[in-house]
Amino acid sequence: MTKLTTMADAIAEHVHDGDSIAIEGFTAFICFAAAHEIIRQGRRNLTLVRMTPDLIYDQMIAAGCARKMVFSYLGNPGVGSLHCVRRAVEKGVPRPLEVEEYSHFGMVSRYMAGAAHLPFFPLRSYMGADQPKVNPHIQFVESPFEGELVAVVPPLNPDVAIVHAQRADAGGDTQIWGLLGVQTEVAFAAKRVIVVAEEIVDEAVIRSDPNRTVIPGLMVEAVVHEPWGAHPSYAQGYYDRDNQFYLEWDRISRDEAETEAWLEEWVYGVEDRAAYLRKLEGQEPELRQRLAPGEALSQPVNYGIYG
Amino acid sequence: MSEYTPAEMMITSSARALSGERVVFVGVGLPNIACNLARHTVAPDLELVYESGVFGSQPARLPLSIGDPTLVSGATLVCPMPDLFMYYLQGGRVEVAFLGAAQIDRFGNINTTVIGGRSGDFVERYEQPKVRLPGSGGACEIAIHARKVFVIMRLTARGFVDQIDFCTSAGHLNGKPGARAARGMPGAGPQLVVTDKAIFRFRQDTGEMYLSSLHPGVELEEVRAAVGWPLKIADDLKTTPPPTAEELRLIREELDPEGAYTSKGE
Repeated sequence: MTKLTTMADAIAEHVHDGDSIAIEGFTAFICFAAAHEIIRQGRRNLTLVRMTPDLIYDQMIAAGCARKMVFSYLGNPGVGSLHCVRRAVEKGVPRPLEVEEYSHFGMVSRYMAGAAHLPFFPLRSYMGADQPKVNPHIQFVESPFEGELVAVVPPLNPDVAIVHAQRADAGGDTQIWGLLGVQTEVAFAAKRVIVVAEEIVDEAVIRSDPNRTVIPGLMVEAVVHEPWGAHPSYAQGYYDRDNQFYLEWDRISRDEAETEAWLEEWVYGVEDRAAYLRKLEGQEPELRQRLAPGEALSQPVNYGIYG
Repeated sequence: MSEYTPAEMMITSSARALSGERVVFVGVGLPNIACNLARHTVAPDLELVYESGVFGSQPARLPLSIGDPTLVSGATLVCPMPDLFMYYLQGGRVEVAFLGAAQIDRFGNINTTVIGGRSGDFVERYEQPKVRLPGSGGACEIAIHARKVFVIMRLTARGFVDQIDFCTSAGHLNGKPGARAARGMPGAGPQLVVTDKAIFRFRQDTGEMYLSSLHPGVELEEVRAAVGWPLKIADDLKTTPPPTAEELRLIREELDPEGAYTSKGE
């Protein structure tokens, strides 16, 4: 059964005002195409969930989509601060933002509890630290076996997870190579899953390498074919991170009016991701060459034929 | 003009401290260059673990972030985040980790969360901060589990404070011997603080930071003035050996040829 749809339809159907949404991808496979569509469709009062909010949530917060953010590291990776998030937290601009923060391991544990249908997940963290003082969801319990104290965090079950991947089939079976992040965990934790893929492949391609599948179609509501859907983030082996843009955003996002103008031009002003790419390439015809990663193929393995 | 930059001094001091180490948890920026320098000099068998889930990385270019795709190509293993935190870090496989800090206190407790707001109780000052910093990332649990923690930061009065505004990553807590073990924290905590002016270490019996060596040309008073508590000084206060010609060649020609991290003079 095909679950193929357009980004506009996937967002219209599955992302609603007030939802909690997790567009994951740990410093890679960050689906800006989905975020921009959510901004264009004017979603409000979202709870944005993500380990590393990155530029993607900086932009969504600047656009006024969010009421709250759940996260573990706020930064423009390798560059500096997320200025729009800081404006929202420090000054309430464009609107106040509630924050609920964990360490990375705490967020990973919340996703695992959510995916595994556990009431909490234990981890050895937060000893001597102040996070539990400002977040009542971080508690300590005594082990029934050795009596020692371990931290526990509750399950996290976002309404929607959006996962970017190199390839998927029309039924939603999804393969990723490179940084795996929490893509599997968030997909099993979420109530609805949208997969966005660089390529849609035949089911036979998936079946030729089942160990590479990180999400089964069983978990997936919608599949969107969106080449370069992660730009300015990257998809391993398809295109590199556009670091020039990450540096550029540091400048743009410092100023509220410039941020607004950027959103106007690059999000509201384009119809969809294909139009965004045409506009990018119009501005920089060498874009694809600049971000092309070259080829480093893995050695094929033999799964064997049995019976 | 000096023959080397403060950043190059920090990198070589950090790299030398990795002598004999096997598994290091790396951040980007200066720690990344330091770890790669150590692989070329004092610790040829050093395995680099990146927070993004990459083990045994051999980056072909200087990574721009911990999520740089160059870390993946040619690595020995890439794992999902639960494996990284549960098996590698919590499982006790990490020997040394580098952490940065916005604020540090005399016991090596670290703040990277907020510079607190002016009024209200602890929670209100957190919720309405003067400056919102990045938060923990993996630092909170790295500080607990890595067998040793090395801190890299610049020496400023804003950074070396009597009271940190928020404890993101615990160091030697209140300094009492056994305080970490009593809280179930397996790692030994911070051992070394490398700055642009001096190197600090910690006393075993009090958990307190002391000045171990001054970089060439730095006055003791300059360091005292930047530290927000009465600083203890090593009986045998040394001068940090400057970078050697070979270390500088490796940094400038092989590790950071564009000077992305090392040319910053301040």
